[in-house]
Amino acid sequence: MNLNFLYHFGRYLILLRSALTRPEKFSMYWKETMRQMNDIGIGSLVIVGLIAVFIGAVTATQFAYQLQDSFVPAYYIGYIVRDSTIIELAPTITCLVLAGKVGSNIAAEIGGMRQKEHIDAMEIMGVNTASYLILPKVIAAMVVIPMLVCLAAFISIWGGYTASVATGLITDVEYIQGVRSFFEPYYVFMMFVKAVVFAYILTSVSAYQGYHVKGGSIELGQASTQAVVYSDILILLSDYIIAIILTM
Amino acid sequence: MIRAVNIKKSFGDTEVLKGITTTFEKGKTNLIIGRSGAGKTVLLKLCVGLLKPTSGEIMYGDSNFSDLNRRDMRAIRMEIGMLFQGSALFDSMTVEENIRFPLDMFTNKTKKEKLDRVNYCLERVQLEGNNDKFPGEVSGGMQKRVGIARSIVLEPKYLFCDEPNSGLDPKTSLLIDELIHDITTEQNITTVINTHDMNSVMQIGENIALLHQGRLAWQGNKDMVMDSDNELLQDFIFASPFLQRLRKAAVGE
Repeated sequence: MNLNFLYHFGRYLILLRSALTRPEKFSMYWKETMRQMNDIGIGSLVIVGLIAVFIGAVTATQFAYQLQDSFVPAYYIGYIVRDSTIIELAPTITCLVLAGKVGSNIAAEIGGMRQKEHIDAMEIMGVNTASYLILPKVIAAMVVIPMLVCLAAFISIWGGYTASVATGLITDVEYIQGVRSFFEPYYVFMMFVKAVVFAYILTSVSAYQGYHVKGGSIELGQASTQAVVYSDILILLSDYIIAIILTM
Repeated sequence: MIRAVNIKKSFGDTEVLKGITTTFEKGKTNLIIGRSGAGKTVLLKLCVGLLKPTSGEIMYGDSNFSDLNRRDMRAIRMEIGMLFQGSALFDSMTVEENIRFPLDMFTNKTKKEKLDRVNYCLERVQLEGNNDKFPGEVSGGMQKRVGIARSIVLEPKYLFCDEPNSGLDPKTSLLIDELIHDITTEQNITTVINTHDMNSVMQIGENIALLHQGRLAWQGNKDMVMDSDNELLQDFIFASPFLQRLRKAAVGE
C-alpha cells in the first residue's frame, strides 16, 4: 500500500517536472491555454451556477429554520449564508463538482490520446507531451476556476436571498443587512487560495491518471473514475490543511 | 543510416529481443518482417525511442540514441517522421490542421508558407482538396496517406512506418508502398517499415530483416528471397500452399 503510494507519488512528481519546462513554441501553448480556459470556464458556467443557487437557497432555508424562536436576530441569515459560502461552500463544493466534470474529462481526453497513439505521435515529432498536454490545462484551470468560484459565491448569496426573502422567511432589508454585516476581506482571500489549490489538484491529478493509462476502454473508464475519486479526496484533505494554516 | 547493435529488450522475465544487430540503409526502404510476436514493433519502438533497450545501442550516425538526454533525443526526433499502424491522426483536427501541426509547433513559417507546404504534402500523397475534412470523414487508406503527409511535412531524414498496409485492400496497399518508396528515393531518407505484407516485401524490399523469436533470422533484399534456402524465410514468405506452388514454378523445381 505504502510502496504503491510512493510509486505513484514519485511518478506524479516526475510527470510534473517534465510538464514544467520551457514550451517548444509559446504561441501554441497560449492557443491551447485559451482553448482550455473556454472549455473549463464557459463550459462549466451552467452547472456551477445551478449548484451555487441551491447551495445559497438551502443554507438560508436551513439556518432560518434553526434560528426560529431563538434570540438571534433574523438578519444573521444573510451573514451566515455569506460567510459559509465564501469560506467553504463556494470553493469546496464548486471544485468537487468540477473534479467530476472537468477532471474526468481531462483524464478521458489524455487517456484516449494515449490509447490512440496520439501521444506517441507527438513524442516522435519532438513535442514534450507532458508539457503540451498538461501545462495549459493546469494554468487555464488555475486562472478560470477561481473566477468560477467567485461567481458561485455571488450566485449563492443571491440564491439565499431569493429563497429566504421570496418565501417570507425574512425581509429583504434584513437579508441585505446581514450580508453587509461583519465582513472580513480575509475570507475572500481564503476563498481564492482554496480555489487555486483545488484547481491545481483536480487538473494535475486527472492529467496524471490519463497520461499513464494502459489497456483498453475499461482501463480508461477506471482512470477517469480514479481521477475524480483521488481529486475529491485530495481536495477535502487540502481544504482541511488550508483551513488550519490560514486560521492559525 | 541507422544501426542497431546487439539490441536486447526484456519485459519482466520475457526477453523479446535477444541481441539484434542490423543496419537500416540510407535512401532505401528497409523492411522488418516476421511473425506476430517476433519483436518487430518492439524493435521499431526502440529505434524511435518510445522504448529503451535493456542493452545494446541504436546508432543514428555517431550518436547512441538510447543514451541521449531528453533534449538531444528530441533534436533527433525532429528529424524523424512516423506513420502509425492506426495513423494516429488527431480526431478533432482537420486533415490540414493535422499536417500543419508539426509546422505550427516547430517552425516560424508564415501562414501562407505553411499552407503551401501542407498543400504540397497533400498533393504528394494524392489527396489535394481534402484540407477541410476530418479524419473520421475519410477512408482508412486516405488516413494512412494523411499520416504519411504529416510525417514528411518537416522533411525528415528518417521515416518509420508501422504496418502501413494493415487493414487495406491490395490495390491501396500497393499505392501506399509505391508512395513510401518514391518518397524514400526522392528525398534520400532512411525508411524503416515494419510489415506483414508479402506484396510489400516483393515490391519494395530493398533491405529486409527477418526476425524470428527475437533474433535476426535472415537479412537480404527482395531479389534474394526467391533463391534463399532459409527455411524460416520460405515458411514465412510462402506460407500458403498456393504461394509455395508459385515459388516452385518460379524457380523451376
